[in-house]
Amino acid sequence: MTRSLGAADAATTVGTPALNIGIFAAFVVITLAIVIRVASGKKTAEQYYTAGGAFSGRQNGVAIAGDYLSAASFLGIAGAIALQGYDGFLYSIGFLVAWLVALLLVAELLRNTGRYTMADVLSYRLRQRPVRVATAISVICVSFFYLLAQMAGAGGLVSLLLGVSGEAAQNIVIAIVGVIMIAYVLIGGMKGTTWVQIIKAALLIAGTFVMTVWVLGKYGFNVSALFQAAADNSPKAGEKLFEPGLKYGKSTTTKIDFISLSMALVLGTAGLPHVLQRFYTVPTSKQARKSVEWAIWLIGGFYLLTLVVGYGAAALVGPERIAAAPGKANAAAPLLAFDLGGSVLLGLISGVAFATILAVVAGLTITTSATFAHDLYKEVFKRGRTTQDQEVRVARIAAVVIGAIAIVGGMYAKTQNVAFLVALAFAVAASANLPTILYSLFWKRFNTRGALFSIYGGLVSAIGLIAFSPVVSGKVDAATGANLAMLPPGVDFHWFPLDNPGLVSIPLGFFLGWLGTVTSKEFDAEKYAEMEVRSLTGHGVAGAVDH
Amino acid sequence: MSRAARTQGETPYLALQSSSEFQELRRTFRGFVLPMTAFFLAWYFLYVLLSIFAPGFMGARVGGTITVGLLFGLGQFVTTFAITILYSRWATRRFDPAADALGASLDGVKEH
Repeated sequence: MTRSLGAADAATTVGTPALNIGIFAAFVVITLAIVIRVASGKKTAEQYYTAGGAFSGRQNGVAIAGDYLSAASFLGIAGAIALQGYDGFLYSIGFLVAWLVALLLVAELLRNTGRYTMADVLSYRLRQRPVRVATAISVICVSFFYLLAQMAGAGGLVSLLLGVSGEAAQNIVIAIVGVIMIAYVLIGGMKGTTWVQIIKAALLIAGTFVMTVWVLGKYGFNVSALFQAAADNSPKAGEKLFEPGLKYGKSTTTKIDFISLSMALVLGTAGLPHVLQRFYTVPTSKQARKSVEWAIWLIGGFYLLTLVVGYGAAALVGPERIAAAPGKANAAAPLLAFDLGGSVLLGLISGVAFATILAVVAGLTITTSATFAHDLYKEVFKRGRTTQDQEVRVARIAAVVIGAIAIVGGMYAKTQNVAFLVALAFAVAASANLPTILYSLFWKRFNTRGALFSIYGGLVSAIGLIAFSPVVSGKVDAATGANLAMLPPGVDFHWFPLDNPGLVSIPLGFFLGWLGTVTSKEFDAEKYAEMEVRSLTGHGVAGAVDH
Repeated sequence: MSRAARTQGETPYLALQSSSEFQELRRTFRGFVLPMTAFFLAWYFLYVLLSIFAPGFMGARVGGTITVGLLFGLGQFVTTFAITILYSRWATRRFDPAADALGASLDGVKEH
């Protein structure tokens, strides 16, 4: 097997944009219809934030997979495996192993002690207002970085899949994505958003499965033969595709950078607010456990499929065409789809990729709006004295504002190199949120000062180190001299050597949480007993849901 | 911690928390999840560190195009799935009955 046949001239304009748009439009129409159907009934805060906790563990597990497998996972990891082989695979594994933290330490205890937001758990036995404010700031930062990365990704996908390359046209597509997302959230609340995520997860996994079987079929279901073909078709990398080092092995800095990134991935997942929010959509901790089990099987299975898709793209499309396509590595999976099944399969995969962005941004928006309405407006600003209607109204207004910011941010960010924002979101989640969650669930002595130290300390150190890292200023391509930083060439104020802050900021977050705790005497024995007993026995959860 | 249980004015939660049954439940829970967490984190970072600092070993061929590192990586999937199954079975058989019983006993106390 040498170069793929015939389609080489189609490298830049693949498929039929009209068909891609048509399939995406069909997805939007069908999901909107479902969202409108399931949305009937009264709109309580409970319904809006958590769908009343009425989903089953299995449904929620599929929705978690839909929430978690962003376009970055699907297109990014397939592309990374196609171009960097082993190192792309290495990268994907952190995203899976991370779920064990959620399974063993977080999901069930969180479900048992919280109701609407992450701050419910963190502020349970601490002083409400300062902890809620701190948590809300952290939640908003993490979700906003994640949201911006997704919206910028939408801009990049447009040029690749819809044949739209003009600035104005890309902005229109970003605006359409944002408006549809707001519609899902406003009409369907958490229930509608969950169904969009379930449908999207099913389509994404089914589409990837079809591509995997198709690729394997071309090589007589012999994985080793597929790998060999990938190496044969990669003149530069060759058999290095099977060995570590193509991406992260360049220098000591890139090696340490990868360790830093893997720490953030493994410890960040269980601190992502939009992931935690999903545990409230099931009635009990047992269903929360079941959700994570399902999520692990689906996400793990999916990453195994991307291994084949990635090597398949290297073998059938080849690294040169991938690198030449708009969207570069992100184009690997769509180009492979085109080579395998022509414009129909490409259209399906493109539609799924857009659906992915929609479902993920909707989940992020609902979580962030819940934080605004429940933590900041109700608990902090109104000191708990609001009606359900007022709270839900604030949440909806917040969702519209967040959606608008995401649209404008996405338009601005689409020309920027914002791929680091997802890594930053994981780093903040691992440095600020996870230490606070674990301390609060597992450490008797933990108190308000400890929580404020770990949240603000982890947040400020993660963002601060990124600001002074090469991804923001002063990074140039060693070979071509091209500017790889976010700020224009010539601006260089970086002094932190790594792209990823986790190696420093995560231990710092844990350390500061400890330091703050041991320097304060605050301890509420009654609240602690209530929280611990509830977290382990699930006492009081059913009552909270019935309401 | 071991203040005389159920003294006057103590909340049912405080009383239950200081009971030996609850201490046992906490010990059982932490005895499972904490060592398991230590294990999977150590196993994962071993894989990452070997991939980063021992590329020769991880790139060695086991046969054809299959390298030691690929098997290590697939091993991460195997252990992740295995821990998921083990935990689920342990939780259903050992943890849930004890936790549910304690939760139910609290309702009894509350209703008087």
